[in-house]
Amino acid sequence: MLLNASGCLDGLTAPDVARSLDAFVTKTVTPLPREGNTPVRIAETDVGMLNSIGLANPGIDRFLTRSLPQLAELAVPLWVSVGGFETDDYAEICLRLDDQAEVSAIELNVSCPNVEAPAESTAQIVAAARLATRKPLWAKLSPAVPDIAEVARAAQAAGADGLSLVNTIRGLKLDERTLRPVLGPGQGGLSGPALKPIALAAVATCYRATGMPIVGMGGVETGQDALELIAAGARHVALGTVLFADPTAPTRVREELHAAAAQHGWNAYEDAYGVAHEQPLSVGTTLDDKSSL
Amino acid sequence: MRRELRSVVANEKMGPYTLLRVDRGGLDAGVPGQFFMLEAPGRLLPRPMSVCFAPRGELAFLIDAIGPGTKALCALEAGDGLHVFGPLGNGFDLVLDRPLLVGGGIGIAPLPYLSEALGRPPAVLGFRSDWHAQAAELVPNAQACVEPTLVTELIPAGMDVLACGPEPMLEAVRTRAPNAQLAWEAPMACGYGACYGCAVEIDGELKRLCVEGPVLRAA
Repeated sequence: MLLNASGCLDGLTAPDVARSLDAFVTKTVTPLPREGNTPVRIAETDVGMLNSIGLANPGIDRFLTRSLPQLAELAVPLWVSVGGFETDDYAEICLRLDDQAEVSAIELNVSCPNVEAPAESTAQIVAAARLATRKPLWAKLSPAVPDIAEVARAAQAAGADGLSLVNTIRGLKLDERTLRPVLGPGQGGLSGPALKPIALAAVATCYRATGMPIVGMGGVETGQDALELIAAGARHVALGTVLFADPTAPTRVREELHAAAAQHGWNAYEDAYGVAHEQPLSVGTTLDDKSSL
Repeated sequence: MRRELRSVVANEKMGPYTLLRVDRGGLDAGVPGQFFMLEAPGRLLPRPMSVCFAPRGELAFLIDAIGPGTKALCALEAGDGLHVFGPLGNGFDLVLDRPLLVGGGIGIAPLPYLSEALGRPPAVLGFRSDWHAQAAELVPNAQACVEPTLVTELIPAGMDVLACGPEPMLEAVRTRAPNAQLAWEAPMACGYGACYGCAVEIDGELKRLCVEGPVLRAA
């Protein structure tokens, strides 16, 4: 399944792009409306981009009365990304989404680098959300932790159905001339191609640690990138930064993914699932073989 | 809006600026003030550029090479390919009694196309130097000034002002002409409402310049 990364597409202003995905993931919804951070909010880096949007969103009340009915008209499965500043925030929103038939799944954004991190642990948030809803719960994790396998196992034990890997990691860009931060708030979340090896490592680690379904994301620009995430252990793949540069990316990446799978002799790209963890097919290509580096 | 792979027809220097002419293909030129996202070779993100001219079969963009993306665009040569996506955003309202175009620096970029659409109304333009002011020849019926004279000093009363330029200039225009239409600029990653990078607070509401703008009423 091909999705968008939360915050990388507005299904209401670009409905055709949303419909070209297998499921649409909303921007993160918080209990109260948020204007977001001070501009400048976007900066390109050499192999990625920084953003510091700051969870700008209309809040859960207006989301339910205004956004959700319109998003439902897209006729594409809807995942709602949920954020907050304490465990109760997550639980409250999950409770209110629970009886919304239009919502297929909930993604818990416990890892936004642009707002204060919730004091409670991922496990506490997942456990509280689990009590509040029967919807499938996907925990979106940050790769910027000492041991992501531990966080993943804790999310699994607390009742998560799947993992979304990875969120952006914090970065800083300085203006060449003034040597001051380019972004208004100073630092921002790094996304784009720079994130791809980090995403692959997180997916591979959590696949081995939990065997849970994973949505892989981070620097996917081509079908080959998507195939690699699937090989590392992602069931699904989400597109983020590439959508900014190319709104036709979902269709293109899907075609490239099918073609890349066919090149390996597979009927479907699902056949690549987890193959990075199998024994090598030929001599000299093992993951540990330093001579091939 | 559409996204197409187009090719460069010509790259013409205009003082410090570059007029990049691209073959139009199946793209609609849109209305003056609208913009296109231009793929910048070797860069991750495309760059937003308003239409400067839209002669038959072409789109032309006036670009100031100030960063890696605009430098890459200005280095394109005839025959080079680039993806072009648009037209995007809201342009100028063209139903006016006494139009006056006001431009500052690279902010004159949308004015040639706007001038043609309005039947070549008077224009006042401000530039940093005589070198920059060479681009004034692109705008018909234009009076140009160079710093320390400010373009806002040249705006007569009672005109329907349509302005594009740096933020301090637009703020000054707004105080002189509360009914002005102002074309704003902000860093944006996508140009079609996806990234929220260009969002500004207007009348207490969060608006994205790429979809609610870039042309907004002053008051």
